[in-house]
Amino acid sequence: MAAVPAAVPAAASRRGGLRRLARRKSTVAFLMALPLILLVLGLVVYPALYSIHLAMLNKSLERFVGFANFSFLFTRETFWLVVKQSCIFAISAVVFKALIGFCVAHFVHNVPAKGQRKWRGMLLIPWVIPPAMSTLGWFWLFDPSYSAFNWIFVRLGIPSVTWLGDPDWARFSVILVNVWYGAPFFLIMYLAALKSVPEQLYEAAAIDGANWWQKIWYVTLPMMRNIISITVLFSLIVTFANFDIVRILTAGGPIDKTHVFATWAFLVGIQGGDISLGAAVSLFMFPILAVAAYFILRDISRRGNEA
Amino acid sequence: MSAVLKEETVYQASKSGSMRNDRRRALGWSYFFLVLFVIFFLTPPIYMFITSLKSSAEVGAVTNPWWVYHPTLENYQALILSGEYRTFFYNSAVVSVVVVIVTMLISVPAAFALARMKFWGSATLAMGVFLTYLIPETLLFIPLFKIFAWVNDTFDIQLINHWWVLIVIYPTLTVPFCTWIMIGYFASIPKELDEAALIDGAGYFQMLTKIFIPVALPGIIAATIFAFTVSWADFLYPLAFTTSADQMLLPAGIYSTLIKGDVYAWGQIMAACLLGALPPLLIYAFLMDYYIAGLTAGATKG
Repeated sequence: MAAVPAAVPAAASRRGGLRRLARRKSTVAFLMALPLILLVLGLVVYPALYSIHLAMLNKSLERFVGFANFSFLFTRETFWLVVKQSCIFAISAVVFKALIGFCVAHFVHNVPAKGQRKWRGMLLIPWVIPPAMSTLGWFWLFDPSYSAFNWIFVRLGIPSVTWLGDPDWARFSVILVNVWYGAPFFLIMYLAALKSVPEQLYEAAAIDGANWWQKIWYVTLPMMRNIISITVLFSLIVTFANFDIVRILTAGGPIDKTHVFATWAFLVGIQGGDISLGAAVSLFMFPILAVAAYFILRDISRRGNEA
Repeated sequence: MSAVLKEETVYQASKSGSMRNDRRRALGWSYFFLVLFVIFFLTPPIYMFITSLKSSAEVGAVTNPWWVYHPTLENYQALILSGEYRTFFYNSAVVSVVVVIVTMLISVPAAFALARMKFWGSATLAMGVFLTYLIPETLLFIPLFKIFAWVNDTFDIQLINHWWVLIVIYPTLTVPFCTWIMIGYFASIPKELDEAALIDGAGYFQMLTKIFIPVALPGIIAATIFAFTVSWADFLYPLAFTTSADQMLLPAGIYSTLIKGDVYAWGQIMAACLLGALPPLLIYAFLMDYYIAGLTAGATKG
């Protein structure tokens, strides 16, 4: 509304008007973002910092003990088991999710466009079912005496497996369920990315005599670099902090071999009532996630600058 | 298959025969592996469905677990008639709907402000919203538990073991991602549109309601679906913060009340899980494109 008369008067008054507009604009914008800021500060940032404070108190939360909780954790054998299992769990699950997602995305992409919707629809179902509920389905599939997998194995003459009773098989099972749940997410992301790769690049590569492997290595992977980084980042965070699947399948057992940070923190902090030690356990998730995020974010921004 | 071949011939008419054979072989292998992965991905839900149709006697019998000899709906019937299960469902529904509304009221204006109206620290805040994603709920539940106890001591308001407290906490799971998606959608709307609106004398509020929300409606639907499914599926917070059966939400409720040691209630548990998974599955079935848009938009816009 100010734009039309402003064309005639001196430039000074126009600048003043613009500045006033900017000031008003920034105030309005700040007010619009205020609920978000309050929510993030009050229910995410403050609790996160508060948990650092909690982790430095003694069990009755009365005395400041510095790093005593952390040094106590370092002496516990279970803690090192949890560190090891969390890393095995997160890294192997993310690698398999990414690999399966990448391969299946290619299979769906190869199929004629008409049928793709149908396949995609079926393949995304594990991601849609709330994980706590589908994990109960897996739990029943793994049941020690009624395992439906073992029933097939017996028919095929393969020795049956104690899915959740044996530490190594239990580790395998929690990873399997996590891969089953998370792979469709990668599939959808990679499929969207595959669609955005220009067809001409493949034609150019074909003219240059590239085989399918070279097309993937020199065309698809570089074009999908960003999306692969972002999905791996998201998934690494979510998998590292996973709670539902391990809690329901094994609750950390047998003999604490499948505990990850989240389930152990829950056991120690909420069920065991030792809030400070539980906070200390859960805090160990943060540095590892921060390092992963830092590397991948840096990678993305560097790529972005080159382009 | 004939349609496929016809399409192939149309597209590949100019190319050599060996290449066409290569493509056809690739197509065959693609179908083979797709079937394999569909079996892997759908086995648990199908097995859950099979089990849910069995009576407890059949669940405990030594027969083929992959087949139902005497299908019965008694598990579903028992659940629908069970006051406890209906309470879980009702609690989940109220919490999810309210959380969706709260999430949208917070994240849409915030995303508009961050995408279009720069203010001091807005770039930092947009980055901060993304980084909030790095703080998982599993890191926050212990301090939140302690904060609730403190609120109880100071203000005499009991927050633990009340389902409505989840309405306060769930937005921390949904708002950052929804804001992030909406920033992407709003940023992709051409600047000329808001300039035109400003010239026509629209205020910021009108600009948001008359232009941005209608144009970015697909994004808003996608964010709504995301917020609903996240609050419907969350397991840790209800497990940590609610203890009595009448205050529980579906996932935690099924886990803590239906699993009773050695009793062969598995038919009922599976039926409870499938009924509980029904709302997100229905949303997915009818709004698949929005669902997928919500999933992919967050990252492709990054």
